[in-house]
Amino acid sequence: MEERQTTSSMAPATATATAAKPKTGTTKQKRARSGFWRWLVASVAFRLALVYLPRNLRLSTRPEVATPLTSIRRLAEGYWLKQSAMSPYAGSMYHGSPLLLLVLGPLAVKRIEGQPEHLLCSLLLVIADILNAMLIRAIGQSLQKAYAQHLESLDLFNLSEESGMLPSGDIAALVYLWNPFTIVACVGLSTSPIENLAILLALFGACKGLVPLAAFGWVLATHMSLYPAILIIPIILFLGYGPDAPPRKLLPQRSYRTCGSSPSSDQYCKTEDVTDLLELRILFSWRRVTQFLLWTFIWGIYFLFLCDISVKQYGGLSEMFKRTYGFILTVKDLSPNIGVLWYFFAEVFDFFRDFFLIVFHVNILFMMLPLAIRLKHRPGFLAFVYLAISSMFKSYPSIGDSALYLGVLALFVNELAEMKFSFFLFCGYVGVSLLSPVMHNLWIWRGTGNANFYFATAMAYACLQIILVVESVSAMLNHDRKLRKLTTAPLADGKS
Amino acid sequence: MAFLSILVSALLLLLPPRGSSAVAAAAAAFASGSAAIGEGGGGEEDFSEALLLKPLPDRKVLAHFHFETGAPETPSYGRHHRLFPKSIAQLVKKFHIQEMELSFTQGRWNYESWGGFEPIASSNAKPPGVELWAVFDVPPDDVDASWKNLTHSLSGLFCASINFLESSTAYAAPEWSFRPGPGSLRYGTLPREAVCTENLTPWLKLLPCRDKAGISSLMDRPSIYRGFYHSQRLRLRSVKTSSDGTHSSIILEQTLTVVLHPNIQKTSTVNYGENKLQPSWSMSSLFGRKIGGTCLLAKSSNVYLQLDWDLVRELKHLQNGNQELGVESIMEESFLSNPAFVLSDEPDKVINEVNSRSEGSSAILYEFSVRKHSDLGPFDLGFTWKTPIVWSCSQLPLRVSRFLMGSGNERGAIAISLRSTRVREGLTNAQAMGESCKLDVNVFQVVPWYIKVYFHTMKVFVDGKPIAVSDIIEKIHVSPSEDKVSPGVLEMILKLPCRVDSAGFTLEFDKGFLHIDEYPPDANQGFDIPPAVITFPNFHVKMHFGEDNSSKQSAVLSRFEDNIPVRSYTEVLLVPLTTPDFSMPYNVITITCTVFALYFGSLLNVLRRRVNEEERFLKSKDKRSSPLSRLHSKLSAKLGGKPVVTSQSSARSSSFISLKLILKIILVAGIAIAWQYFSE
Repeated sequence: MEERQTTSSMAPATATATAAKPKTGTTKQKRARSGFWRWLVASVAFRLALVYLPRNLRLSTRPEVATPLTSIRRLAEGYWLKQSAMSPYAGSMYHGSPLLLLVLGPLAVKRIEGQPEHLLCSLLLVIADILNAMLIRAIGQSLQKAYAQHLESLDLFNLSEESGMLPSGDIAALVYLWNPFTIVACVGLSTSPIENLAILLALFGACKGLVPLAAFGWVLATHMSLYPAILIIPIILFLGYGPDAPPRKLLPQRSYRTCGSSPSSDQYCKTEDVTDLLELRILFSWRRVTQFLLWTFIWGIYFLFLCDISVKQYGGLSEMFKRTYGFILTVKDLSPNIGVLWYFFAEVFDFFRDFFLIVFHVNILFMMLPLAIRLKHRPGFLAFVYLAISSMFKSYPSIGDSALYLGVLALFVNELAEMKFSFFLFCGYVGVSLLSPVMHNLWIWRGTGNANFYFATAMAYACLQIILVVESVSAMLNHDRKLRKLTTAPLADGKS
Repeated sequence: MAFLSILVSALLLLLPPRGSSAVAAAAAAFASGSAAIGEGGGGEEDFSEALLLKPLPDRKVLAHFHFETGAPETPSYGRHHRLFPKSIAQLVKKFHIQEMELSFTQGRWNYESWGGFEPIASSNAKPPGVELWAVFDVPPDDVDASWKNLTHSLSGLFCASINFLESSTAYAAPEWSFRPGPGSLRYGTLPREAVCTENLTPWLKLLPCRDKAGISSLMDRPSIYRGFYHSQRLRLRSVKTSSDGTHSSIILEQTLTVVLHPNIQKTSTVNYGENKLQPSWSMSSLFGRKIGGTCLLAKSSNVYLQLDWDLVRELKHLQNGNQELGVESIMEESFLSNPAFVLSDEPDKVINEVNSRSEGSSAILYEFSVRKHSDLGPFDLGFTWKTPIVWSCSQLPLRVSRFLMGSGNERGAIAISLRSTRVREGLTNAQAMGESCKLDVNVFQVVPWYIKVYFHTMKVFVDGKPIAVSDIIEKIHVSPSEDKVSPGVLEMILKLPCRVDSAGFTLEFDKGFLHIDEYPPDANQGFDIPPAVITFPNFHVKMHFGEDNSSKQSAVLSRFEDNIPVRSYTEVLLVPLTTPDFSMPYNVITITCTVFALYFGSLLNVLRRRVNEEERFLKSKDKRSSPLSRLHSKLSAKLGGKPVVTSQSSARSSSFISLKLILKIILVAGIAIAWQYFSE
């Protein structure tokens, strides 16, 4: 289990996993919990130490961290333009949200004597990271509780007993905190921790059934980076069906068969109750979904109103949408990043440009429906798949996006225990994250390399992400099959 | 009147034709005739030519040709001009040009040794390549359209790629730093434009005598283009004369400024002490030609020799030393035997600059009229040094240089540094104010869009110490660059303390990445950042020549009397940009699409796989008895895309499936045929 865990985490996380591995008994659980807090404090200390290193290790100008959307320098430039009574979107520097500019802008330019340059910003991002980790932990705990409940209702206690359920929430939180990608994105002053915070707020709200929070998070995330808009499907499924569960078909099947097989009337009545209870859970709760849509509408209007106030004298909302969403969708900036689109659009013939823009963006949308149909009982996992796909194909990907989906992936350590290629994927991630800066350095700074070398690492990275998504989806489907087999197998044994 | 002109031409025909002057004479005859016809239309068109020669401190000679053509108000559109080039007049009329300046330059003006604080440097020292600016008299919305049309017209007129200035990424609209005063001004430069004879020839065509007669006949192409600096300039001003704006007079000013090196082998190499004698020169040694008579159409046709005020001061010193020898003053007209140099011709007039900013001495101009000379006795001014003299030229208040900082192709910084030259003569009244004295520096910088400047990173240093930006910048206007749409423009006024030794400011930038089509053919050479224009609004170059009306006759001198602020251009910067692999578009497209296909295919495969069916298939495989039927069912399963359900019905189902398969194929073929039919 630990071996598989390393696919997406560092060694410390693995150590924590060992430390946090709970057997029965409260003392061990307590120890595990204190271990979690210790690692959390250590991760914060590590971040602060990196922040205090001279010039933040120049991480804020790395192409992996600072895309045109997440770069703090561009944000500071936007703030400067706004301070000089110009539109923050004048020129092609800033493409983020005007609200983010209001919050982060003053912090980005404020200097404290004797302290690192962007100390306040760094602190804010560290706090955002901790919040993210806590949200992931909370999501993990509620997912695990629901999962255990479902296994119980399927009479599969032995399954959880056998494999030993890992505290996936703690593991995922620590994977998120100690993932080098997260650390680099946080210390490199990218705004992606804040975008991730909005996404996780939406997922947390949906998971816990807090409809207004879910709507707030979704609207904020969509407002800041457009791609989280596709998360509306997992959120609706979350709210409609509740957290992740084994396939719903199994539940009535199971209860029915238990009832049928048992001749005693007492037992029959008992199972009847269970069936009613389960059927209630299976039902799609339209009420909460309509509530969510209503809240989304309210929050949407509210955000639009706030944006309108802040960009009124600079061309209004249409200008804002053109400069933010338009910039994302038309891939105007061709500076290198870890994605594949920049080089593609630097090389592709101009008259095919529009066609490929449509193709690449539709590619994200195209797999949404099949995935939603197949994974509708697991909205949390569906959200992970959507996040991974969008971070793969978005116009300006940064490692902050990868950090988020790798953290969310660790929520499903129990379900994805039998994932294939996990060691290969781990090595691939390590290799690409080492090779990519080397190739970038050779091409940009030394002038001895070639764009193709750097692009090759980006291609390798895209392939790794594809394998990760495909294999995790496959492992999850296999897990569900296993559950089905386990639920039907005892029945078959009884019959035969 | 007509009779007279016919008479003149008849007389001219009687004379034997002597090369170029005959053409000019014939032209003159025709012109005088047409002038007689057009006299009712208002004022007279006039043309004047002048050549100014000036020895430079670094053993070079500056030659400044000045031609000015004026066309008075024209009542109607289709009027024919006597002297004024019709193409230019049409340009002005069509695009409503208020003012325009176009310059073609090769080489860089050396502000340290050729002077910066003087009229020629301020108005004729231009950045390398092409610089064009124009002020239009049209509503603000139409300015860009006028500019685009103008660039295309000029491109055709001067055989240059000025049309590249058409794109909105190539020109800027400075608001106040380039030229004071409101106006719809557009400014653009092409630093890499190569300048050659093909640009000079159309320029010369605008002159009434071309280069066949008069001063322009000196323009021998090889000797002009051999020079260290070559700047050919065309300036247009149209002045509204009537109240309703329909009539306007146009003044066309054409100048050619060259810095030449006299042929050294001709001069004596006698050394006087440690100083080497300056090389002596003459017109024929500089240009390889002599002026054989004047262009008859010119109102005035003069050659000037200018001695800088510092040179004059040195000469006076020398003279004071030689006073006992009884040498006459160089101020006097008969000075052919002054101790420092000898002129081959006696000047017609000596013009002294009055009101000079430097106390004690002032510049001197010797005027030579070309009218006296003809083909029989061509004019060849010679200048022979007798004593070695070292002098310096008038310096800019602050020496400006610009450079790049940083390495690598990802980011960098532009730095503009201003160093004091300890010239404070122009600030005599300001110095009286004491410590509060401020020196204004006006900076205008255009940055192409692929240099993405972070204006918030501006740092200002005065005397090496960083200071707050707001302390020193009095006024700033920034229009940030927009990718592939517009360049970035920075205009600002720095207020420096007068006693400043050095000042500088830096701006960080990121280098952009272009589409492969946007790279020029020699992409690895790098991209040019146009020069920054530095103006000193406190300092004005203006020469006064007294009230003796001599400047009224000569256009070049009246230009010298214009009150223009000191202006200098910085160096052009070469920025290397990262290049993608130009040979790989197909590979990149195919490989990327393959990766996308991999994603799509494998994910869809995972999603649609049904384990139950697979298990059933496996079961049926186990139960199967004969290997032949198993193979058959497998094959049909593969073809049909459906697994065989049971082994009992295998034979029947296989035939059924094959029937279904045939039906499917027929259906597809039918659709294809129908498609083919309807699409035709």
